Amino acid sequence: MTNDELITKLKAIIAPYVQDEKAFENLTEDTDFINDLKVNSANLVDIILDIEDEFSIRLENEDMEKMLDVKAAMLIINTKLNA
Amino acid sequence: MIKEDIIKRLPYQKPFLFVDGIDAISENGITGYYRFKEDESFYEGHFKDHPITPGVILTECMAQIGLVCLGVFLLKDELSEATKPQIALTSHQMDFYLSVLPNEKVTVISEKEVFRFKKLKCKVKMLNEKGELVCRGTISGMIKV
Repeated sequence: MTNDELITKLKAIIAPYVQDEKAFENLTEDTDFINDLKVNSANLVDIILDIEDEFSIRLENEDMEKMLDVKAAMLIINTKLNA
Repeated sequence: MIKEDIIKRLPYQKPFLFVDGIDAISENGITGYYRFKEDESFYEGHFKDHPITPGVILTECMAQIGLVCLGVFLLKDELSEATKPQIALTSHQMDFYLSVLPNEKVTVISEKEVFRFKKLKCKVKMLNEKGELVCRGTISGMIKV
C-alpha cells in the first residue's frame, strides 16, 4: 500500500470522530489526533479499534501509547502489516 | 471482590449515589438496583408540583451501575485500598419508554461490549418493578486506576 492510499484509508476512519474540521481538511502526516483534531480519549480508542478492523491487525497498549499522530499511526500499521 | 466492596469503592455519595445493591456481576456484565427515594433533591424542581425522575438521572443511575460498578469489578486486580478508580463519561445514546416516580425501584442490566485501552462500552437497559422496559441504550466511559 502506498502512503497516499494509507492516508486515504486513515482519513475515512478518523472522519466521524474529528472535532476540528479545519485541521482535518488540512491533515498531514504531522497532524496530532488530540491536539490538532481535538479527538477525545474515548474516540481515540474507537479510532484504534476501527484501524484494527480495517487492516485486520491487533494493536497492544504500547501501540496505543505511541499512536499520537498520523505519522505514528502509519508507521505502526505498516510495521504490523509487514510483520 | 464481594458486591459490597464494589459499592464502597464508588466515588459517589448522597445525594448523587444511585446504587443500592448488585444482584449479579461477572466479566461480561452486571445487574444492580436502586430505589428512588421520595426526598431526592431533584423532585423539588422536576417538575413543579409533579415529581418525575429526570431522564439524565436515569442515565446517571444506569452509568453508575452499568459502567462504573462493572468497571471497578473489571479493574479489581489493580485496585487497592488506597487507589480509587478515575472515571469519565464519554458518550451515551438512550431511548426512554416509561417514567419513574418517587419510591419506584429500578433494575439496571448491563452487558459489556468493549473493554479495551481503558474504554468501557456497555449495552444497558433499565426495568421497573413490573419488569417493564423504562429505557435502554449504550453508554461509554474511560476508567482507570
